Amino acid sequence: MAFESLTDKLQNVFKRLRGKGRLTEEDVRSALKEVKMALLEADVNFKVVKQFIKAVEERAIGQDVMNGLNPGQMVIKIVNEEMISLMGSETTEIAMQPGKSITVIMMAGLQGAGKTTATAKIAGKLKLKGKKSLLVACDIYRPAAIEQLEINGRKQEVDVFSMGSDHKPVEIAREAIAHAMKNGHNVVILDTAGRLHVDEGMMQELQEIKEQIAVHQTLLVVDAMTGQDAVNVAKEFDEKVGIDGVVLTKMDGDTRGGAALSIKAVTGKPILYVGMGEKLSDMEQFYPDRMASRILGMGDVLSLIDKAQASLDLDEDKGREMAGRMKKGKFDFEDYLESMRQMRKLGGIGSILSMLPGMGSKAGDLESQVSEKQLARTEAIVLSMTPQERRNPKLLNPKRKHRIAKGAGVDISEVNRFIKQFEQSQKMMKQFGGGKRRGMLGGFPGMGGGKFPF
Amino acid sequence: MGEEKKGFFSRLKEGLSKTRNNIVRGIDNVFSGFSAIDEDFYEELEEILIMGDIGVNATGEIVERLKAQVKEQRIKEPYACKQLLIDSIREQMRVDDTAYDFEHQKSVIMVIGVNGVGKTTSVGKLAGKLKDNGLKVLIAAADTFRAAAGEQLAEWARRADVDMIGGREGTDPASVVYDAVNAAKARHADVLLIDTAGRLHNKKNLMEELRKMNRIIDREFPDAHRENLIVLDGTTGQNAMVQAREFGEVANLTGIILTKMDGTAKGGIAVAIQSQLQVPVKYIGVGETLDDLQKFDSDEFVNALFDVEPLEEEPEL
Repeated sequence: MAFESLTDKLQNVFKRLRGKGRLTEEDVRSALKEVKMALLEADVNFKVVKQFIKAVEERAIGQDVMNGLNPGQMVIKIVNEEMISLMGSETTEIAMQPGKSITVIMMAGLQGAGKTTATAKIAGKLKLKGKKSLLVACDIYRPAAIEQLEINGRKQEVDVFSMGSDHKPVEIAREAIAHAMKNGHNVVILDTAGRLHVDEGMMQELQEIKEQIAVHQTLLVVDAMTGQDAVNVAKEFDEKVGIDGVVLTKMDGDTRGGAALSIKAVTGKPILYVGMGEKLSDMEQFYPDRMASRILGMGDVLSLIDKAQASLDLDEDKGREMAGRMKKGKFDFEDYLESMRQMRKLGGIGSILSMLPGMGSKAGDLESQVSEKQLARTEAIVLSMTPQERRNPKLLNPKRKHRIAKGAGVDISEVNRFIKQFEQSQKMMKQFGGGKRRGMLGGFPGMGGGKFPF
Repeated sequence: MGEEKKGFFSRLKEGLSKTRNNIVRGIDNVFSGFSAIDEDFYEELEEILIMGDIGVNATGEIVERLKAQVKEQRIKEPYACKQLLIDSIREQMRVDDTAYDFEHQKSVIMVIGVNGVGKTTSVGKLAGKLKDNGLKVLIAAADTFRAAAGEQLAEWARRADVDMIGGREGTDPASVVYDAVNAAKARHADVLLIDTAGRLHNKKNLMEELRKMNRIIDREFPDAHRENLIVLDGTTGQNAMVQAREFGEVANLTGIILTKMDGTAKGGIAVAIQSQLQVPVKYIGVGETLDDLQKFDSDEFVNALFDVEPLEEEPEL
């Protein structure tokens, strides 16, 4: 498969390089050729790939690297560094107007890139920072676009301004800003219609808005799965309308994000946010270094830790208490439930696995083995126990087990198997209790220890 | 008829103009820039095809085939390669005569794909076309997830003047499908068009939901001719291939609707998918109006792609 093989291929290339004590120019060149093909398969723009390879080659084929202590490692380091610098080394935030003045943000992009959804998601992000946003429905062409924005706004609990589809977008925008001033909004986000970058008339509409209204930030919304064309789109929008930043959507697909690499390299505009899922809260800050890791198949452990941190922050004490009890082997079914809930907060097993190094491509396989469905059945078993039974698993006699099986709608054998495995992992934890097991993974029975209790 | 065809041809060419400019200019450079057919020549050719989103694998196959032909026919001139290349891609893209059989029998067409590729719009356009052909069309709004998707489809149903089933946000899509199939039977509809929610192909649960919907149609309406059309955004790169493959896993794909081909999108992905998955492109969307969804024609596509007929005016870049 095209995308999965990118990671695999790069890792193979890197493995080969690592294995060598000395590198010849030929070694580096042939390795870079494979890197090149792999990047092309990931839809990184061809011209960008060419430039990238040249930059890496220049640094890698030099006396210092090739005669150094660990030449293979050095080449990998160079590839990684160059990739980060291609994507813009620093995380960029949306530039807000100082003080109480209103920041006007205009969203633009092709049809179906995800502008309306991204608009609502950004408003949600800004809300967390204490900003009061007004979403403005400037898409007067697509049927039901206004309704979509209104519904999303309601879900995010953000105000939406619309004037139906009979007014020109620029008028709507002007009215919206007046409305925002009156009602104390400090951010106005204009959701514009999707348009092709070659559609002169539609591009002019955006220019008009920009000319007549003080737009502070123009954000281009780009589908992360865009192919070689991403560069043309970004360039045209930048030349005709002028963009300040990019929002990359649908990154929760299995794309490696070649578009991200290309757009930044060609336009020089920073990527601000990444859309990571269906829910309105699924929008993340963009981190170039993490993205580089993802493309190179080194996993995205940092994002995982961030996510874990965020969910643990809520109940840090609980987590610590649980870890303590686990050490003593006093892990009960209540803890089990808790750890399952935490895992779900992190986006489920698949999402966690895909962020681990080297797991990118295999996450899918594993996910099907340890399916969410199976987890749900296990959870049903635990939930069918009384609180006393959960806290004291020893209470479970055959009669109780029968009742639990009925309650959970599973076969008694399944209950028995689960309880047995649970006891085993309890024992195992006691054995490992003295060792270093801290943090998140320690919270999942079996995840660090080997067997899953189901 | 002849005029309509011409209209479409020029529209397709207009739509594909950027594609052509990108691919063909490159190819012309290669064909005229090299004096002999050597490894450098092939390498350059490979790179240009990849730039056109044809993808590493399909490009490899095309170039291999070209190499074999060049050797067999003892071709020495790079320029003579051009016709060979065009013919080879045209052959690959040819659509079977049976591809549009669903127009002549009771059919259920489910339209599927990832988010934002233009499923709802395609369903609307297709409903209008089939209705114009004198068929009794029923639309099912099984995208119950995206905000206002039902309203959007209802607007299309109104424009096409066809009936619509479902459309309430938050309802179970499988139940919408069930209702729609039974309504289609009761009302003797010729074609039932089902619009589904966009889903990324790596979301297991959503894909299972789709599998279930597919199964319900199989079970409730076994006599119907089945079409599962995947909508692919023409601007999508190699990921479109993975999408097609994964959707094919849960619901047998019978064709592709390739949308948004009127930008600078490189039609190359269509070539790649045909070559790797043998799923034919049945419709192509080259614009915003109802008429802009057209049956796919490999001759026209390749002609427009490679500029076989001279274009009167060069659209601005």
